[in-house]
Amino acid sequence: MRRLGPLLIERDPVPSASWVLLVSVGAVVAALIAAAGVFWAFGINPLTAYAAILTGTLNTRAAPEIFRQAVPLLLCGVGLIVAFRAQFWNIGAEGQLLMGAVGATAVALFAPLPAPALIPTMLAAGFLCGALWGVLPAVLRLRLDVNEVITTLMMNYIALFFVGWLIHGPWKGQESFGFAYTDTFPRAAWLPLIGGTRVNWIGLALGVMLAGGLAFLLARTRMGFEIRVLGQNAAAARYAGIDPLRTALGAMMISAGAAGLAGVSEVAGIHHKLLAPDQVSLGYGYAGIIVAWLARGSPLAAILTAVFLGLIYSSGDVVKVSLQMPFRVTDIFNGLILMFLIGSERLLPYRLRWAAERPAGSQAGRDPMVPPRPDTPASRGDGPVRGQEGGR
Amino acid sequence: MIPDWLLTTLVRAFAVGTPLLWAALGEIYAERSGVVNLGVEGMMILGAFFAFAVAHTTGEPVIGLLAAAAAGGVAASLHAFVAVTLRGNQYVSGLALAMLGLGLAGVLGRGWEGIPLENALPEISPLNVMGLLLAAVLWFLLYHTRVGLIIRSTGEFPAAVNTVGTSVTLVRYACVILGGLLAGVAGGFLSVAYRPSWTEGMTGGMGWIAIAIAIFAGWDPLKAVWGALLFGALFFLSFRLQTWIAPEILRMMPFAFTILVLAATARSRHGQAAPDALGIPYESEQR
Amino acid sequence: MLALRGITKSFPGVVANDGITIEVAAGEIHALLGENGAGKTTLMNILYGVYQPDAGEIYLGGRQVKIRSPRDAIALGIGMVPQHFLLVRRHTVAENIALGASDTPALFPTKQIEARVQNLGPRYGLAVDPRARIWELSPSEQQRVEILKALIRGAQVLILDEPTSVLTPQEAQNLFGVLRRMRQEGHSVIFITHKLDEVMDVADRVTVLRRGRVVATLPIGETDKRSLARMMVGRDVEFQIPREPRRTSGAALVVEMLEADNDRGVPALRGISFDVGRGEIFGVAGVAGNGQRELVEVLTGLRPATRGRMRLNDRDITSLPARSLHEAGVAHIPEDRTRLGVVPTMSVAENLVLKQYRYPPFSRGQVIDNGAVMQFARRMIDEYAIATPGPHVPVRLLSGGNIQRLILARELSGRPALVVASHPTAGLDVSATEQTHALLLRHRREDVAIVLVSEDLDEILRLSDRIAVLFSGEIVGLLPAGDATRERLGLMMMGQRA
Repeated sequence: MRRLGPLLIERDPVPSASWVLLVSVGAVVAALIAAAGVFWAFGINPLTAYAAILTGTLNTRAAPEIFRQAVPLLLCGVGLIVAFRAQFWNIGAEGQLLMGAVGATAVALFAPLPAPALIPTMLAAGFLCGALWGVLPAVLRLRLDVNEVITTLMMNYIALFFVGWLIHGPWKGQESFGFAYTDTFPRAAWLPLIGGTRVNWIGLALGVMLAGGLAFLLARTRMGFEIRVLGQNAAAARYAGIDPLRTALGAMMISAGAAGLAGVSEVAGIHHKLLAPDQVSLGYGYAGIIVAWLARGSPLAAILTAVFLGLIYSSGDVVKVSLQMPFRVTDIFNGLILMFLIGSERLLPYRLRWAAERPAGSQAGRDPMVPPRPDTPASRGDGPVRGQEGGR
Repeated sequence: MIPDWLLTTLVRAFAVGTPLLWAALGEIYAERSGVVNLGVEGMMILGAFFAFAVAHTTGEPVIGLLAAAAAGGVAASLHAFVAVTLRGNQYVSGLALAMLGLGLAGVLGRGWEGIPLENALPEISPLNVMGLLLAAVLWFLLYHTRVGLIIRSTGEFPAAVNTVGTSVTLVRYACVILGGLLAGVAGGFLSVAYRPSWTEGMTGGMGWIAIAIAIFAGWDPLKAVWGALLFGALFFLSFRLQTWIAPEILRMMPFAFTILVLAATARSRHGQAAPDALGIPYESEQR
Repeated sequence: MLALRGITKSFPGVVANDGITIEVAAGEIHALLGENGAGKTTLMNILYGVYQPDAGEIYLGGRQVKIRSPRDAIALGIGMVPQHFLLVRRHTVAENIALGASDTPALFPTKQIEARVQNLGPRYGLAVDPRARIWELSPSEQQRVEILKALIRGAQVLILDEPTSVLTPQEAQNLFGVLRRMRQEGHSVIFITHKLDEVMDVADRVTVLRRGRVVATLPIGETDKRSLARMMVGRDVEFQIPREPRRTSGAALVVEMLEADNDRGVPALRGISFDVGRGEIFGVAGVAGNGQRELVEVLTGLRPATRGRMRLNDRDITSLPARSLHEAGVAHIPEDRTRLGVVPTMSVAENLVLKQYRYPPFSRGQVIDNGAVMQFARRMIDEYAIATPGPHVPVRLLSGGNIQRLILARELSGRPALVVASHPTAGLDVSATEQTHALLLRHRREDVAIVLVSEDLDEILRLSDRIAVLFSGEIVGLLPAGDATRERLGLMMMGQRA
């Protein structure tokens, strides 16, 4: 228990949602302040920089860009939440996205299907390709205990070079300006955009529906229950008769499939062809980790965090044009935000209260070695800063 | 008589393997003390940039390498702070460091591309041999000295170390920062000796492979030498065979191979499993 | 020689030590007796520098000392043998001792230690191979390493925390021999325990703690088990539970020639055969590591049998997975309740349906009916007196006793045919223990077959109808409870066949 002016900071194992929000926002703000240091080191006044970013991204013409970026981020992020809840560290969303794009491209360019069937088939193919790309690391981890962080990451690089091979080799289309890409998709395979913007509404709708659907899955279904138990305590999951292989594999395939959908959204919605991997994905698979982490495990919250990350990506363009800094600056933002988020976790299990109160029989921060008397109920956290409460 | 192609392969393997080795050795020490640092790629690329920039400005490649070490060390201390003091999730913190390093190097490095480095180091120089010596010294330190015993114990059972009054925090910081120094130098090798120039993303995933080498060397510095040479040969082959096989397919090789080796050695690694406390933040019980 | 005066220590919400004063002379074995939560471990942690007292002083050899950390304690000649060994399993004995010794050389740190271990060991009756790796040693040998570690660091006062919890009766006797040798050499020994027999056996004086206060300090000659028990608990304790004779007959569980491997692929069960009748409590005694864990896991579907058969009420259940066994009516009260039996971060309600969530009424198809879950949870909280503010509270806020009540509620409410209880009262205080035993006996009356695996011989003797002793994966003795004595069981636990 520590005193901070008129406030008291106490341990609380069950923090309230508002405290979690406060800490998360605080971490992001701290990261942005740290990023200001980078601007300053470049000789740019950070305040000018942030002002330029805000005006550049939030005006009516540019605002849709935020949502254009948010779509793949949401699709990746929401899937990653499911994987992370199962304690499966899927760092391979980037590669799964690319493979989803490959699947969609294959359907668009080579499948002899009638026009109305193209888009649904592309989506299905993209989901499937993404999901399958996640199977190998999942099986290796579940059967041989091989660290999935490394294997999913390796799969990213393999997917990267695979796409490179395709666009330079068997799927090579026209080549212009030194870039390589496939032929353009037939019109029927173009995802429709919201007028005047680069936001494809199918991707957006899918993202939001997936967020809702996965939120329901986790909270209210048997599979969601199994994923949560597995993620919190693998030993107890086995004890409860939950099959870790089936459950984790299921979670992983959902996650990888969602990333695959992001890939479809990109190639069918924005580019209408398969391009160099670093143009298909601007690191959405990695940024999706931040979307998931910032959402603190809630798929619905991911909608908001995806929009926030979309803002950051959108600012990358502004930074490039107005401030003459490379787009890479977004990686610095992302890296700092993630760092600060991880660092701020230590602050989560606490709560604030006014020092004037004297809680009676409080169990906060009790010594785990000494069991509390059975007749004293453990008190819960009821929220952060409160007004004058009458005792507790 | 050693056939020409074998000799070339060995030499090139040694050249490319050197940065892999240095980075892997650093990661071995960090993980031996119980801290996973996945930010090796970020530390290496920062090292590569600073080595190039300083070497170009001062004309002294060795000073460049020292700058690289410093850059890696500073980056690593960020991760150490989050992982050890703040007891945050080590895996994600390392990833964040990698992101940050790549972004920072990319931003700082703009404008430095395409400049050739005069006074570059030769591909094979005494500094490469230093890597082998370093492996031997680090091996001896780890297994046959008191310091090494403390480091290994910190990674297996930090509570035992804490009870004898040694600071787990200090040991972990030292090992993680050492990891950063070595990763920085590893990156520096790339921009100052191997390919004397600066290109964005020039580490090309080597940082991840170094981490994998640490794993299937069983966290043993001497075995890491073999791992580094093996992957060095693999990288070299992926360039050499480009006349026959599509370059992108070849570039997949080291990464696919990593997965293969990790899977193949998984069963046999039961005897040399990871340090028990790896990745688990340590909380002292003093009150 | 050693005195603690007026030691007081509080943690938020509870006073662990309240003005405790204890004196221990040189060449004395002093027992610190009390039940869980009485404050014994806290007090010794203060002596060892892990905690700082809020009030009170410590005197060593007449001089007041301040012990701010274990390092200070060690420097003052105070050593501790913890209940859970602080040994690095992968390292050798010498490496572990070298880690703590203050004069370990920088190079080749273990050479000197190896010699000292070989000298010091026999002198105290603590022979052990300095080159052996800890995971190769038995718990009794590991304990020897801990004691040697303390002695080599120069301990004059030795604290042992529940030292016999991992030993067979014979190994415990060996330990007492070591303690007597140490007493002869002038050391002071304090050992924490809740076992009255040990106190009477080896202690010179005993201090009884209850709820953080000293109840009494007495020489052993002036007291007996009954008085000590009363002082420990504050009321009279029933040592023998009157038990009705078994009413029904007929085997519920039949196990034939069961074999199974442990995690390393080495056979852990080598052909076990027994049967358990309806309404019978079948006790399985033995020191940990002789196959009990594997037996429990095979019986509950967490481990496949490599050979042999199991039948429950005439239905073959060999090598069925855990889920199927649960459906067949096997309940499992696990040994490690917080690690295995519950998900600490999930709510009380969710933990109460941890196994049943997939069946109606809790699930309709793939969707879980949270209303039904909550209703069930409230009923269980009521019926089993689980102390919690509500069903939505995360389980990790509950005390050990209440977690066990939760587990019992979950496992026993489903009308099981067989209950496999593994160390069900480990770490529980007396009232939670009595409640658990009462529940088991009630189910015995209701013709449930119960397999009770426990290292606590008192518990086995108190509850079982028949007792089997497991040694090295085999049943070396099976006898009716009436014929069993601690001595007989102890011999069998060491491998002597009945």
